[in-house]
Amino acid sequence: MMSLKLITSHIYKSYDGKPVLRDCSFSFEKSGTYVLMGPNGCGKSTFLRICALLEEPDRGEVNYFSGNALLKKNIELKRRVTLLLPRVGVFNTSSFKNVAYGLRIRGMRVKEVRDKVGSALEFVGLMHKKNQNALTLSSGETQRMGIARALVIEPEIIFLDEPTAFVDEENKEIIEDIILRLKKSGTSLVIITTHDRIQAEKLGDWLLLMKDGRILPS
Amino acid sequence: MESIIEGFRKAFSLIFTLDPELLSIIFLSLEVSVIALIVATAAGLPVGSLTGLKRFPGRGLIVSLLNTFMGLPPVVVGLFLYLLLSRSGPLGFMALLYSPTAMIIAQSILAFPIVAALSHSAIIKVEPVIKQASRTLGAKPFQVTVAVVKEARYGIMSAVIAALGRAMAEVGAVLIVGGNIAGFTRVMTTTIALETDKGNFELALALGIILLMISFVINMVLYVIQKKGVVQAE
Repeated sequence: MMSLKLITSHIYKSYDGKPVLRDCSFSFEKSGTYVLMGPNGCGKSTFLRICALLEEPDRGEVNYFSGNALLKKNIELKRRVTLLLPRVGVFNTSSFKNVAYGLRIRGMRVKEVRDKVGSALEFVGLMHKKNQNALTLSSGETQRMGIARALVIEPEIIFLDEPTAFVDEENKEIIEDIILRLKKSGTSLVIITTHDRIQAEKLGDWLLLMKDGRILPS
Repeated sequence: MESIIEGFRKAFSLIFTLDPELLSIIFLSLEVSVIALIVATAAGLPVGSLTGLKRFPGRGLIVSLLNTFMGLPPVVVGLFLYLLLSRSGPLGFMALLYSPTAMIIAQSILAFPIVAALSHSAIIKVEPVIKQASRTLGAKPFQVTVAVVKEARYGIMSAVIAALGRAMAEVGAVLIVGGNIAGFTRVMTTTIALETDKGNFELALALGIILLMISFVINMVLYVIQKKGVVQAE
C-alpha cells in the first residue's frame, strides 16, 4: 500500500457565525513529524478534526492521496488515520480493552489483538496497568493509554492534538519520548498541535505556524 | 395483635412448607413480570437509545411523554386495556381479556416508559468525548452507537431493574385485565388484595413477605450495579 498524502485547500470553518478557520491550505506530503503551533483558540484543533475527517469544512477541500490517486472519504480511509484528542475519551473498562477497541471493531482475531495490544502497552510503558480500569489511571497515564490505543491500529497518519496539555512534567517527558520513538520508527506520518515552542522544536521536522485561523507561510 | 402474630406464624408455615398454591402464584407472578420486562426492554431500550443519541424534531416531546408516562396510574392503563380487549372492544376478537397475556401487556405498558426514559437519561450522561473517541478509532456509525450504549450499561441495567420492580409491585392494571382467576391469572399482588378482603391474612402475609424479599433482592442488585458503575479515581 502506498503511503498517504494529505492536501488541504482553502479550508474555511465557522461556529455560530464566528470564523475559526480562514483559507487554510497545506500539503502534508513528506514523511516525518509536522508540528502545528499557535496560541490557544487559533483553530489548530478544528483544523485537525477536519483533516482527520471527523468534521466537514464549510468551504474548501480535504483530500487524501495514495500516490497520485485521490481516495474516497469512506470508512476504509477513515481507518487509515486517527486523531488523539487532548482529553482522551476513556471507556469504562480495563486499559487492555480500551486499547483493543480499535482492533476489535475491525474484527481482528483474539490472539492477534492480544499480541498487538501487549506491544502497544509496552511501547507506552503501561503493560503493568493492563488490567486496571482505565478510568482510574492518572491524567498522564490516560494520555499514554490514548496514544497506545491510537498506535495499535497502525494508522498511516496520526494527529495528536495537544498531547501534553493536561499532564504533569514527568508524563510530558515520557510522552515526548514516545513521540520521538514513534518518529524514529517512521511508521506513521505524525501531525501534532502545540502552543509550546520548545516542544515544537524538540518533536517536529517541520513547524507550521497558525494564527487567527490561518496557516502562516513558512 | 394476637391475630397478626398468628397470621405471621401461618404465613411462615406456608413459606417453609412450600405450599403449592403459594408457589404457583409466585411462579406466575415472576413469569408475567419477567416476560413483560423483556418486552418493555426490547421496545424501551431502542427508544431510549434513539432519543439519547440522535437529535430530531419531536425528540423533546417524546422525552417529556416518556417522563410523564413513568408515573402512569396503573388503574388507568388497566381501564384502557380493558376497553380495548373486552369483547366489544377493537381487540376483543383476540380473546385476551382475563389471561396472563393481557397482564403481560399491561405490565409491559407500565414498564416501557421506565426503561425508555431511564435509558435515555443514562445515555445522555455519557460524555460526548466517548462518541468522538470511537469515531477517531475508525468506528462505523452503528459501532459508535454500541460504544455509547455500552458506556451507559450500568444506568441501563438500573433502568431495567427499576422497571422490574414496578412490574412486580403492580396491582391495579393486572387486577382489571387479569381478573384474578385462581390458578390462571392470580398473581402475588392481586392475591394479597383479594385475601385481605376475605380476611385470610396468612396467605396475604406470606405473599407480602415474599414480595418484600423479591423487592429487597431487586434493590440489592440495583445497588451493586450502581456501585459498580461508579469508578473511584485512585
